[in-house]
Amino acid sequence: MAGVSGSVSTQMGMHTEPLTGRDIKTKFRLENEGGFAYHFARDVDFNRRAEIDCADIEPTEINRQIRELMDSGHGSIVLRNPGAKHSLIVGILNRMNIIVEGSLGYFGCGLLDGPNVRISGRVGWSFGENMMAGVCVVEKNAGSTFGAALRGGDLVCRGSVGSRTGIDQKGGTIIVGGDTGAFSGFMMQRGRIVVCGNAGKNLGDSMYDGTIYIGGGIQDLGVDAVPAELTDLDRAWLARKLAMYELLPAAGVDHFTKIVAGKQLWSYDNLEPTEKKLVL
Amino acid sequence: MCGIAGLIYRDGTRNIGGEMTAMLQALKHRGPDSTGFAVYGEPGPNEYIMRFKVAEQEDLGGGTRIHRAIAERKAAVDGVLDEIGVTVLDRDGPTEYANRYRIAFDGDLKALADQVEEIEGTEILSIGNALELIKDLGDAADVSGAYELGGFRGTHGIGHTRMATESDVDIRSAHPYWAYPYNDIAVVHNGQITNYWLMRRQLEREGQRFVSNCDSELLAVYTAVNLEKGMTLEDSLQRSIGEIDGVFTYLITTRNELGMAKDTMAAKPMVLYEADDMVALASEEVAIRAIVPHEIDTTDPYDEEVRVWQA
Repeated sequence: MAGVSGSVSTQMGMHTEPLTGRDIKTKFRLENEGGFAYHFARDVDFNRRAEIDCADIEPTEINRQIRELMDSGHGSIVLRNPGAKHSLIVGILNRMNIIVEGSLGYFGCGLLDGPNVRISGRVGWSFGENMMAGVCVVEKNAGSTFGAALRGGDLVCRGSVGSRTGIDQKGGTIIVGGDTGAFSGFMMQRGRIVVCGNAGKNLGDSMYDGTIYIGGGIQDLGVDAVPAELTDLDRAWLARKLAMYELLPAAGVDHFTKIVAGKQLWSYDNLEPTEKKLVL
Repeated sequence: MCGIAGLIYRDGTRNIGGEMTAMLQALKHRGPDSTGFAVYGEPGPNEYIMRFKVAEQEDLGGGTRIHRAIAERKAAVDGVLDEIGVTVLDRDGPTEYANRYRIAFDGDLKALADQVEEIEGTEILSIGNALELIKDLGDAADVSGAYELGGFRGTHGIGHTRMATESDVDIRSAHPYWAYPYNDIAVVHNGQITNYWLMRRQLEREGQRFVSNCDSELLAVYTAVNLEKGMTLEDSLQRSIGEIDGVFTYLITTRNELGMAKDTMAAKPMVLYEADDMVALASEEVAIRAIVPHEIDTTDPYDEEVRVWQA
């Protein structure tokens, strides 16, 4: 007997709707040489290092210079004097190292897939939005919507972050050394959020799935966010992940609270795998 | 989306006009329609600075009659001031329609403001011992240049770059707003107040005056009423979070204070830099970097956060 969810999803056209856009089957064929890279990914050498002084350059020009350096094979790029400018280091689709000596403004490190980014200062709103893979580490604080719609990779802020951290998160891991603001994990669908400090109000509001770990206090939980038992697997994962970024508390991880979706509003567990692919 | 900025020094005066200009120019992309400043100089004994306009900038394109009307309105203002016993110590007109009078007056400020504003096309932008409120169409560099703000020395100030969304592109709808008729209080706001009409009607029934249809003006009037009731600035800011509905981050200044409040959703940005000698706030860190170019530690205030700093 077809389940209720199957019937509803058929009526919604989910079974017959073709997948469009970038697809892993067409873009990552094993038989094609180099088939694991995007069209715009560069083959770079991590040992080739270059620097850009951003002091008197507009963001568009800085991003263009980064691409030129990647085109010429540079795999390690240092940005000096970024001056909290907006929209820097975006759309980089290959492995490489980027070191930022200073702070970024809004929408930094968006749409990344692969790079390893280290930022010595702070970052503004919407840092790491839609990142698919790679590692970004921020040494100071971050603004709101940190890791919005994150799909993969590790996004780390050693300081505190603003509100709506991990909103609409679809995968990957967000780690915060300090506190996070209101509505963190709002509508998150997959992935993990780890906060070593306190969380503001409405934590995990309307979350579909995913896991949130909070080391400090929680002002209150959002709709359909519920506490869950911290398992040995959780402890091991937390300890390993936090140690990787030197954020493992001296007291360990036993005091962390685990928050998951109650799945009373919506449960993806009732969907077929192809349907999940459409919605997640 | 609008940009707001604030700056306060804890240890004396600086070139507040120049620094606020640099901050607001860095926020030009957030609002190119108009720019406004509320800056606080050193108050003179028993003196007020009255800033007022007798026309909108756009009126000047309406033919030659407006020039005669402006001259007549200025003369009418002078007549009213003379009638109610105001001594004008100094007159300055940065533009044809904007005026700065240094006056001596020991009467009721509300009566003064009301009588001046009875003159057609005339609006008082501010009256204060220390406050000077300047706003006009254009970016920060244009407005600051036209009003010669570049060398203004003072202790603190707030400013606004406006992207007009729900009211007109004119000086009347530009920020900051003076908290009529109270001496030395000004407000800038980024956001949208959704219970604006409800609260405005309530305040109007209580006798308060509104000059524009801009929702941000509500914050100035609301704060003024609270302070009149004896509330502290911090209490008023705190209360506003529960009573004002919508998304907002706003800054408010008194003669020696700069305050900030953020709504329950933290939907509008604010970056805060606190040093030993100064505090700077802005919608974006680039504005703070315009006056503090070296690497600094900044934070984002959280939802429902209220802060007040003293000059």
